[in-house]
Amino acid sequence: MNTKGTYKPGANAVAQNGWLAANKWLIARRLAQFGFIGLFLIGPISLWVLNLQDQPTKGIWIVKGTLASSITLDFLPLTDPFIALQTFVAGHILESTALTGVAIVVAAYALLGGRTYCSWVCPINVVTDTAHWLRQKLGLEGGAKHSRKSRYWIMTAALAASAVTGSVAWELINPITILSRGILFGAGFAWFIVLAVFLYDLFAARRGWCSHLCPVGAFYSLIGHVALLRVSAVKRADCNNCMDCFAVCPEAHVISPVLRGAETGTGPLILSPNCTNCGRCIDVCAPDVFKFTTRFNNTTTERSETSCNTPQAPREAA
Amino acid sequence: MTDTRPTHAKGVNRRKFLADTTRIACGACVAGIGLGLYSKQAQSLPANALRPPGALPEEEFLAACVRCGLCVRDCPYNTLKLSEFNGAGATGTPYFVARDVPCEMCEDIPCVPACPTGALDPKLTRIDDARMGLAVLVDQETCIAFQGLRCEVCYRVCPALDKAISLERSANIRTGKHALFIPVVHSDFCTGCGKCERACILEDAAIKVIPLQLAKGQLGTHYRLGWKEKEQHGLAVEGIIDLPDRMPEAVQ
Ligand code: SF4
Ligand code: SF4
Ligand code: SF4
Ligand code: SF4
Ligand code: SF4
Repeated sequence: MNTKGTYKPGANAVAQNGWLAANKWLIARRLAQFGFIGLFLIGPISLWVLNLQDQPTKGIWIVKGTLASSITLDFLPLTDPFIALQTFVAGHILESTALTGVAIVVAAYALLGGRTYCSWVCPINVVTDTAHWLRQKLGLEGGAKHSRKSRYWIMTAALAASAVTGSVAWELINPITILSRGILFGAGFAWFIVLAVFLYDLFAARRGWCSHLCPVGAFYSLIGHVALLRVSAVKRADCNNCMDCFAVCPEAHVISPVLRGAETGTGPLILSPNCTNCGRCIDVCAPDVFKFTTRFNNTTTERSETSCNTPQAPREAA
Repeated sequence: MTDTRPTHAKGVNRRKFLADTTRIACGACVAGIGLGLYSKQAQSLPANALRPPGALPEEEFLAACVRCGLCVRDCPYNTLKLSEFNGAGATGTPYFVARDVPCEMCEDIPCVPACPTGALDPKLTRIDDARMGLAVLVDQETCIAFQGLRCEVCYRVCPALDKAISLERSANIRTGKHALFIPVVHSDFCTGCGKCERACILEDAAIKVIPLQLAKGQLGTHYRLGWKEKEQHGLAVEGIIDLPDRMPEAVQ
């Protein structure tokens, strides 16, 4: 079946549940991602505006710093654990402010899901999601196929490089912090790195960067092994095999074991640490199979009486 | 010939797995080595880029700084900048260029407590103890003080006036009757703030702040300066009798 350029995952859900319901998590995610950058931006923008009016001022600061390390309202420190780990293997012991920041971040993501960072905070996610959307829109296919394990090797290589060179190695090229610094402090050449990631995901490989190569996402997935907040295919009995969830999930391999788990006796809970908790599968599923729950709730519900979905023949994911 | 290829699906899978893993591992090794080499090259800081006050020695600094920009945010004079990708030194690290905006040597050094990691050493509490670099009067051929003119601008703007820079008087051999007032920097007191370099009246400053490791020489560790030893410890042996010196006959 050739679905090139015409296949719109989520169209069923929009028709059945309305546009808002079929996009609610996506909208929430974008608001969060832009909101976090916005919080960082209040400081420099307020400073700029007040300076225009020639007022001697320090500006209004909610969050200061960057995603590498920040301070909120002058008392809450947050520090990226992967960068912190690189400073450690490079031979530096962090001061207590940064250590506190690391502890808070690790605790938060252990609760909310490690890769929740990816889909709710990381600004590169907006870039790669856009590339993927455009790729689908233009009907581009093929390209390089890397193993999804590559990112763990790259993560290891980045740590090794940090240890050998005695410096925070990944930060030399990390597109995430390069982009966030670029937005917050101004940038020229930095945009090329972001453009490179965009073009890579658009032309070279489907979901190439975030789902195969990025060592930061890989590191957060390690934290996510114990995550409390999880997506579950609670109503998997209602699944009509439209395959829309597979099409939109950046880590589609996490879905099939739980969605098709009834036969193998697997629970409906997505426990894979690579699930980014983006909730897009919840959005696009017309019969509302998925929902957010906790890792302790590994139960399904019976096939709904009201369900009007007749199972379809499985369709190939775009 | 018999076909020895494993026909068993499991064998094929294991081979494929091993081949894939090896391929990824090799790829990651190449990436790691590339990153390591790139880091060596990208980390060399240009000589005019100075680290903020209290920065650990460069190698330790690169291990410690998480490139967060908090020091930059808390500098009230916009002295500090973050290095861009492919810019001055390691991506995202803070630096300043004295000729653009020097460090104003804030009494409370706000950049240092802002640093969450200790890359800027919290033990630095007196700004006079900072050593961001060392001012060196690099070009005697253009500094107008060496031409016999009164300038002294660098001397006047120095926050450690008369300590970090002094004016040394010597004879002007060209005119034969005037004096030269030569600015001389003393590393005991110079913090490397760069105010002198910023203020130098020349189109290109004749006095420049450069990183300490470039600016300073190092005496061999076995060297002992006799007169200093004498000052510190007195004579090597007490009660030496000083015999009259025997002079050559021609002198007598
Ligand atoms: S995989 Fe990396 S770049 Fe992508 S969203 Fe996650 S942290 Fe950001
Ligand atoms: S001492 Fe003051 S002027 Fe100098 S870098 Fe720190 S904050 Fe800026
Ligand atoms: S505050 Fe410290 S860790 Fe952050 S950029 Fe400045 S020196 Fe680096
Ligand atoms: S850098 Fe120049 S102005 Fe600053 S302390 Fe040294 S000699 Fe004085
Ligand atoms: S300001 Fe420049 S020209 Fe004047 S004395 Fe100092 S170094 Fe020489």
